[in-house]
Amino acid sequence: MAAITTDSHGHAGQGDPNANYLNNKKGVMSWLITLDHKRIGVMYLVTVLAFFLFGGIMALLVRAELFSPGRTLMDPDTYNRIFTIHGVVMVFLFIIPAIPAALGNFVLPIMLGAKDVAFPRLNLASYYLFVAGACFALFSLIDGGVDTGWTFYTPYSTTTNGAVVWMVFGAFIAGFSSILTGLNFIVTIHKLRAPGQTWSRLPLFLWAIYATSILQVLATPVLAITLLLLILERTMGIGIFDPHKGGDPVLFQHFFWFYSHPAVYIMILPGMGIVNELIATFTHRKIMGYRAVFISSLALALFSFLVWAHHMFTSGNSEYANMVFSALTFLVAIPSGVKVFNWTGTLWRASIWTASPMLYGLAFLFQFCIGGLTGLFLATLATDIHLHDTYFVVAHFHYVMVGSTVFAFIGGLHYWWPKITGKLYDEATAKRAFWVTFVGYNGVFLPQFVLGSRGMPRRYYDYLPQFETLHRVSTVFSWVLAVGLFWMAFMFIQSLRNGKKAPRNPWNSAGFEWGSPNPPPLENFPSQPTFNRGPYDYHLATDAEIAED
Amino acid sequence: MSTVTQAARDEHDEHAEHGHGDHPKWLQHHWDTPAQQFDAAKLGMWTFLGQELLFFSGLFVAYAIFRTWYGEAFAAGSHELDRTMGATNTCVLLFSSLTAALAVRSSQLGKKNETTTWIVLTILCAFGFLAIKYMEYHVKFEHGLLPGNENFGIARDMLTFQPLTGQPAHHAKELAASLPPHTHDFFSLYFVMTGLHAIHVIVGIGIWVWILRRNLRGDFSKRYFTPVDVSALYWHLVDLIWIYLFPLLYLIDYVPHGHKG
Amino acid sequence: MIHFFIPQPASFDLPPPISSEAPQIDWIYNLIYYVSVFFTVVITGLMLYWVHKYKRKKGDKRVETPHYPRLEIVWTVIPIIFVAFLFHIGFKAYLGQTMASQDALEIRVRGQKWQWWFTYPNGREAPNELYLPVGKQVKFVISAVDVLHSFYVPGARTKKDAVPGMYTTMVMTPTSLGDTPVYCAEYCGAPREGNPEPAYAGAPHGGHSAMMAMIHVVSQAEFDKRMTEGPSKPEGLTDAQWGAQLYKSNACVTCHSTDGTKGTGPSWKGIFGKPVELNAGLSGGTGSATVDESYVQESIRVPAAKVVAGFAPVMPPYSEQALSEKQIDAIIAYMKTLE
Repeated sequence: MAAITTDSHGHAGQGDPNANYLNNKKGVMSWLITLDHKRIGVMYLVTVLAFFLFGGIMALLVRAELFSPGRTLMDPDTYNRIFTIHGVVMVFLFIIPAIPAALGNFVLPIMLGAKDVAFPRLNLASYYLFVAGACFALFSLIDGGVDTGWTFYTPYSTTTNGAVVWMVFGAFIAGFSSILTGLNFIVTIHKLRAPGQTWSRLPLFLWAIYATSILQVLATPVLAITLLLLILERTMGIGIFDPHKGGDPVLFQHFFWFYSHPAVYIMILPGMGIVNELIATFTHRKIMGYRAVFISSLALALFSFLVWAHHMFTSGNSEYANMVFSALTFLVAIPSGVKVFNWTGTLWRASIWTASPMLYGLAFLFQFCIGGLTGLFLATLATDIHLHDTYFVVAHFHYVMVGSTVFAFIGGLHYWWPKITGKLYDEATAKRAFWVTFVGYNGVFLPQFVLGSRGMPRRYYDYLPQFETLHRVSTVFSWVLAVGLFWMAFMFIQSLRNGKKAPRNPWNSAGFEWGSPNPPPLENFPSQPTFNRGPYDYHLATDAEIAED
Repeated sequence: MSTVTQAARDEHDEHAEHGHGDHPKWLQHHWDTPAQQFDAAKLGMWTFLGQELLFFSGLFVAYAIFRTWYGEAFAAGSHELDRTMGATNTCVLLFSSLTAALAVRSSQLGKKNETTTWIVLTILCAFGFLAIKYMEYHVKFEHGLLPGNENFGIARDMLTFQPLTGQPAHHAKELAASLPPHTHDFFSLYFVMTGLHAIHVIVGIGIWVWILRRNLRGDFSKRYFTPVDVSALYWHLVDLIWIYLFPLLYLIDYVPHGHKG
Repeated sequence: MIHFFIPQPASFDLPPPISSEAPQIDWIYNLIYYVSVFFTVVITGLMLYWVHKYKRKKGDKRVETPHYPRLEIVWTVIPIIFVAFLFHIGFKAYLGQTMASQDALEIRVRGQKWQWWFTYPNGREAPNELYLPVGKQVKFVISAVDVLHSFYVPGARTKKDAVPGMYTTMVMTPTSLGDTPVYCAEYCGAPREGNPEPAYAGAPHGGHSAMMAMIHVVSQAEFDKRMTEGPSKPEGLTDAQWGAQLYKSNACVTCHSTDGTKGTGPSWKGIFGKPVELNAGLSGGTGSATVDESYVQESIRVPAAKVVAGFAPVMPPYSEQALSEKQIDAIIAYMKTLE
């Protein structure tokens, strides 16, 4: 029973079997004004990877300064500006757009059997808004820099000198990119599913993108108004947040976290979505509890709006408020746990291939356990009071944002690389680079849990001698992590230059996106597909569909 | 949950027997039927309006909090606003929503000239709104009722208003001194909320001018009027936001002149 | 019985507990720790074992994933029960750090860049060092002068943000004699240029990271002595030597250098007796002053009265409770030695 049947009407005369979206039109302009979601996805991918590199170098500088107590490389003011730009670039310019706008843009319409997203021109506009926002944010570096931390807490951010307005304005503009991308994806998933693709046959990556898009549309505007008010406070003295002007600094925290908590689910949900695809493909099984998994994605999206003040347990809120938010935060832990159990259960009696993308998926499972479980320490009021604003929190969020989301992103990049480029990368190198990255990553952040528990606060330029050993270990492993990532980057560059041509279905997947050639033709499929089964129905997929060619 | 009109349904049937060779110009390549494209545009616009609501919601929350804390200041500030101008603006916008809806209707019926009339009226109303707003702002500036810096220290009870001219107008200083503490917070919110709303009105004018141009060019017909429809949706939201702003800002503890208590 | 299975926290991850509330929090920490380790080991273990056992082979059949609704319910309900329990014990222990009894010792805490000021119930003030009597519940009433700070006592497992424009409170009952550090846990910037000395000797550098204080938990008798005793010159020191000590212990060092470097405040090198230009806008219109005994006295008591041109009016005032007349005399004597 074939998954994909095609109609008798050919689309747009794809007579040439070598015609694909890459060679469709040539020249820089054809890329800059493209309306093809695949080219837009590639542009996003290149851009976010550039920001990942920049943010990563900033991280290396931060860790280098912390190699020993006292002044190592720079003065405290410089250090503050560097950790601020690290946070802003990584959060707003890398991790929020990376999976949805780069990988999602490319893969979503193909998984739906559609020719493009609902609003291709809006898609291109989203990309340029993103670039514009990035330009404003980075301009602040030249205009004196910003030393507020990526959270811009008032009144420090309303009174410190520096280019706060440029950076905040950049985040404001980039936010609209996020909103419009989310809007586009919601409409696409509702309106452009191929015949036969019911909601219960939707790939779990798309369920995740759908939940993420709802968050992007509903949460980001609140950040937008918060940043706008911050800009007005700095430029016109409008006192909403600064107590010296009659405002309330804790109000800023409420506004900021009302977006920024859902934002972290914007970061993790797409990562979880990718892990679904990786585990299904490399176990040749439908994810155990498919329904529970997509319901938990929607539940996470909903609950994420209810827990923002767990970032503020020490800010001066009442005990009653803290109690409510602690209870709600525990609720949010449950869907995540359900997913972990389902992913692990899928492995039982499966047919497992530990290809390089799957290694990243498995690492996600391990690291998300740690990241998620350390969240319990922070949801519990008694322990959070001790651990808030220490390195424990830094380790926790790096485990969920980097150990989970970034590993998923890298896994997805490996997985869809043949589809995007039509080439293969060197599998042996990929696995070696994975191990170096894995060891390096855990070596950086595991010690930080201990540092935080022992009382080391965050955003510190300098520290007491008793914290030196753990800081030193963390810094040395940051160099290992850098080696792993650079090795992986060189591997991909080699693939672009002289990688082997990729077959149609290199991973023997039953996923819908593997039903089209690599790289895909301009309109994604030779002709309009119809889906007669689900993307994980390995027992229904024919041998021909699963085969490499 | 189809929002498709009969006209679009007819179109769907017409197209069913044709190949993709004769997609009308306005039907984008990735849609199979006009109905699909229309539904998608409406869903997209409703989603966009949802995020606009969330965008303004932050301001409404800030308003609620500051009004709860500084009720007297808010009442005093509200009294400084011109209720007649505010009410006029409310009527102007409501009327413009009517003309916008009528523009959609006439466009659905393929009546190009009538559509032009309704769009032009909508634009004129929008300009009228902005003109009245400008006059209101001008008066505020003259009286020194601007957002400005507060002195700290004993602090939150001391206000400084900074008139536009730099020379404190005689009555501005007296006015400032006569108002309760924290009236400054009311005016901060007043300017941000109405200012942001005014920016949305300006954007709306841009959108209607563009729709007018397309209408005059003959882009719209019984089969294709989507841009008029979704533009009107946006405009209705702009109106709706003002309908909330007006009572919240202008009508706090309103006691008409000449009445006692 | 439970304590048999849970090793002492202080030996591994947590600092030695110094308050009566801390052990309960440590117990909860350990519970979460061991549950987390257990789950991580089980999930990772199963993952590694099954990845090995079910490696893909030729001829592997592609089958439907089996469906176990009861298992799914179990692994949803059990975590709900566990987190409900965790919430409950966490909330209870937390309340112990927020509810003060009527006769708690009230200490006012003021945070400003980059030092902590403490005020005792009898009005005495001191920067950076706080004496507390052992075994007595303390209620801290905390605020900030300029930006957000956070008053963090790791030994007591407790912190509270210092917020400008409002008061926050924090409760602890120190039970161990000795010193326990206080850190600032809310980012508050750093000096714009260079890397000046921290207010508390031995603290790290760097503004936010330099904002350390030390709590000395002493016997009730010693505490009472310190509250009633006047601050007097230590044996064998001259006035100028005492002044040099006070220069450090009262945080003058944070802003005023002795070698000519410009800091947040003017350098003391060669300044005594010199005429200085004043910041006219802040000094009631007078243009200049001479740095004599009266000027120094006034600048310590009411720093905003006459600010030297080119400097911001951010110096905290030192009342009689913070620096006595004799101590000011000693500081003046020290200044005179800084040619």
